[in-house]
Amino acid sequence: MLKSFDNKALEELNDSNASENERAKKGLKKRSDFGYAVLFLGPSLLLLGVFVFYPMIKTLYMSLFLTNNFGQTTIFVGLKNYTSLLTSASFLASLSSTFIYVIGVMVLTIVLGLALAVFANQKLKGIQFFRTIFSSTMGVSVSVAAIFFLFVFNPTTGLLNQMAGLLHLPQLNWMTDPNLAMITVIVSTVWMNLGFTFLVLFGALQAVPRSLYDAADIEGASKSYQLFKITIPMISPSLFFVGIVTLIGAFKSFGLIDLMTAGGPNNATNLLVYRIYQDAFLNGNYSQASTESIVLTIIIAVMTIIQFKVLEKRVNY
Amino acid sequence: MSIQLKHLTKKYEGSDTPVLENVSAHIEDNEFFAIVGPSGCGKSTLLRMIAGIIPISSGSLYLNGEVANDLAPKDRKLSMVFQSYALYPFLSVFDNIAFGLKARKQPKDLIKQRVDKALALVNLTDHRDRKPKDLSGGQRQRVALARAIANESKICLMDEPLSNLDAQLRAKMRIELKELQQKLGLTVIYVTHDQVEAMTMADHVMVLNHHHVQQIDTPLGVYQHPSNEFVASFFGTPQINLINAQYQNGSLKMDEDFIMDTDDALIEGHQYKVGIRPNQLQINSDVNNGNAQVVNVSQLGDRTMVEARLKNEQEVRIVLDGQVDIRPQQFIQIEGANGYFIFDADDRSLVSVKKGALTNA
Amino acid sequence: MDIANSSQRIGKHKFKISNFLQYLLLIILALIVIGPFLLGLWTSFLPTSSITKGSLAGSLTFDNYVTAVQTTPVLRYLLNSFIVSIIRTVGEVLLCSMAAYAFVFLKFKGRNFIFYLFLATMMLPFEAEVIPNFMTVKSMNLLNTYSVMIIPFLTSAFGTFMLRQSFLQIPTDLKEESDVEGLSHFQFYWHVVLPYSKITLLTLAAYSFLSSWNEYLWPMLTTFSDQYRTVQAGLRQMQSTETFNNWGMIMASAVIVVIPTLIILFVGQHFFKSGLNDGSVK
Repeated sequence: MLKSFDNKALEELNDSNASENERAKKGLKKRSDFGYAVLFLGPSLLLLGVFVFYPMIKTLYMSLFLTNNFGQTTIFVGLKNYTSLLTSASFLASLSSTFIYVIGVMVLTIVLGLALAVFANQKLKGIQFFRTIFSSTMGVSVSVAAIFFLFVFNPTTGLLNQMAGLLHLPQLNWMTDPNLAMITVIVSTVWMNLGFTFLVLFGALQAVPRSLYDAADIEGASKSYQLFKITIPMISPSLFFVGIVTLIGAFKSFGLIDLMTAGGPNNATNLLVYRIYQDAFLNGNYSQASTESIVLTIIIAVMTIIQFKVLEKRVNY
Repeated sequence: MSIQLKHLTKKYEGSDTPVLENVSAHIEDNEFFAIVGPSGCGKSTLLRMIAGIIPISSGSLYLNGEVANDLAPKDRKLSMVFQSYALYPFLSVFDNIAFGLKARKQPKDLIKQRVDKALALVNLTDHRDRKPKDLSGGQRQRVALARAIANESKICLMDEPLSNLDAQLRAKMRIELKELQQKLGLTVIYVTHDQVEAMTMADHVMVLNHHHVQQIDTPLGVYQHPSNEFVASFFGTPQINLINAQYQNGSLKMDEDFIMDTDDALIEGHQYKVGIRPNQLQINSDVNNGNAQVVNVSQLGDRTMVEARLKNEQEVRIVLDGQVDIRPQQFIQIEGANGYFIFDADDRSLVSVKKGALTNA
Repeated sequence: MDIANSSQRIGKHKFKISNFLQYLLLIILALIVIGPFLLGLWTSFLPTSSITKGSLAGSLTFDNYVTAVQTTPVLRYLLNSFIVSIIRTVGEVLLCSMAAYAFVFLKFKGRNFIFYLFLATMMLPFEAEVIPNFMTVKSMNLLNTYSVMIIPFLTSAFGTFMLRQSFLQIPTDLKEESDVEGLSHFQFYWHVVLPYSKITLLTLAAYSFLSSWNEYLWPMLTTFSDQYRTVQAGLRQMQSTETFNNWGMIMASAVIVVIPTLIILFVGQHFFKSGLNDGSVK
């Protein structure tokens, strides 16, 4: 998928256009497939225009105005929405929660996903069974995961506090303590990400030639030395790929928040997208929601560009 | 550092036939020992068992007189060059060579000194900062070699190290490898499927086929005294002729009009195979009606290769010195051979070696 | 020989212990991964009365499933999700493959420009565009229909790129051969390109189905009645209403909902694996 962004692909595109021009110059019959292009590309372009490009411009436009309760623009205010947003304590708090959440999710997802992949990448009888289990959370949708974890973290009936009770450990208010609520949503998100991360990293591990480890065994490198000096460098493109995909996904998190904490307690888990939803659809503050949307877009766009640039460079070492 | 293999066997779980069975050998210090055989004969498995990458099912491995079956690879004090070179693509040439030394936490200046020395030995000093992908196949091969050298272990295992190089480079590297081995006093175990490599470099050759050792001998030994049909046909190009014959009244009858006398006491009426190297056959092409008809002629410049067919359809390859004027379809008389082997047609083992000229009756 | 044999035995013994430890570790990891699911599955068979007491013991029963199916529209949600996801999957595979075809096999002015335009959409998060999109579908009178959950997602830049990459692997000989035989673009697309890229198409289909099934924000915003709610919006609805405390029934519904996607995942895993790794590592 991301391969598509490498320079080679773009060069190919340019090359074929160049050869087309050359043919035209040579006076050969120039073949343009414009009619076909309309038929093949038209539907996609129309849909992207209506549901991606137009709303992006419209959101940008709305972020420069004040809006009424119906989302209609009223007074042009320039960048005022942005300045007031970026000085708003509650928005900055929301932004910092988002960053804590995103980083927590990314680090834990990669560490755990890598651990699963490394342990599943052994030659053992029945290992396929474990591989299937490790990838299974990919098939669990957000609402189901939320229900499972609401039960796990439930203060009275939940598994965690039941176990804490049995072991005479303090029972914690997972859902009502602001810090613990953040941990709750991070853990749930990481769990949901594990299946995908595992599949990608496991595939990458399998592509590392066996002889590299044999050579290291002979040269006296310990298993942990091999993990850090061979495995991780060898799969670094994949690690980077899942890292950034997880990061982007975490910035867009909504479902788990909506189902598990609704942004609470005390706005501790009021992440960016949930805030946009609240401002627009609960509070009717469309201009502020639009401004926040643009902030989100900038963050995602920067991440995506970094992703393309780095992958382009690092894929071949 | 001597190496001894005693009845080594490798069997995988759930499989009845062993990959290797009852392999024994003694490899002397400073020896270049080649393990040669067709693909799938178990030669790479044997090398990996010596390296400790694959566990030994039964039998014992002695390194320098001590049992090494359960030693971890890193404790066997050996180095290995892989067919794929096993270079780390993200490390520079220098760091690739230094990998093992760094893993063993050697002091920095010692690492630098050893790597520099190894680089100089393989003429790669100028390429020390390059990544493997910026090197040619031959240079990568040298990096792998340098990594093995920098290790400074006296035993070096090589798994088809030249098979990914082109023919010219391979010939050059054969000489360099042999020189390096002697200069550094290495004990080398060298796995290859290429009989030329085995013949040109090795002090001793182990021939493996069908999971069993066929013969261990010097290169000349396997050529002049092949223990069976397989060894005879594996060494020498073009391949040795193996002609079916029946022993009758003191002669080997390969065809009605191609019969050779022999003084061996063979079993009357028994089937044998006569092995004659193509360059040992003597022919007369100036005949009207000989005992073989030419099928194909290849002029190789310094030699002429003739493929002919006996009247009973058995094919015979003949190599003649110089450029000989022979044409397809013409008849030739195969007059005899300067030397030949007799193999038993049933168990394919060597029965007798003959030297000197003989003519057909 | 004797020494060798005894040390061999020690080696095998060691081997077994390390094997055992590896299995133990794998089992622990597996339990962590499917723990929440197993817990949910278990409680779905327990009476709610024992669950609220905090007990995980009790007589197992199918009652929760019966209640879920009889008193809640969970099966209707499932049906809705299937309808939406299947149509979206077919549509996305079709439109993306057509667009990808245009980028690979058609020559026209502005191809580069449009290609970059597609590239750009990968940077724009749908979550940041819900406000105008909501207004658009509202003005089209699409709210609370199947269409509202299908139409905006009938194409994707991601799918187009994935397929474009796959189409680039098709040997140019095939195109030239079909030109000689006089195949039209439609024929070449249908009879050569699509069959040739079957694996990638299936990967995209599985991906598309799962992401459609998991879509949360948009169905929640645009559907108001159980007639059209998908499972995500539906479970939210069930959880937010009076059934919230009926843990057993909620769990039973969650299990009913998760089974189809798990099946699709396990069946499609083979394709996923190759597809994902095509993308991330070269």
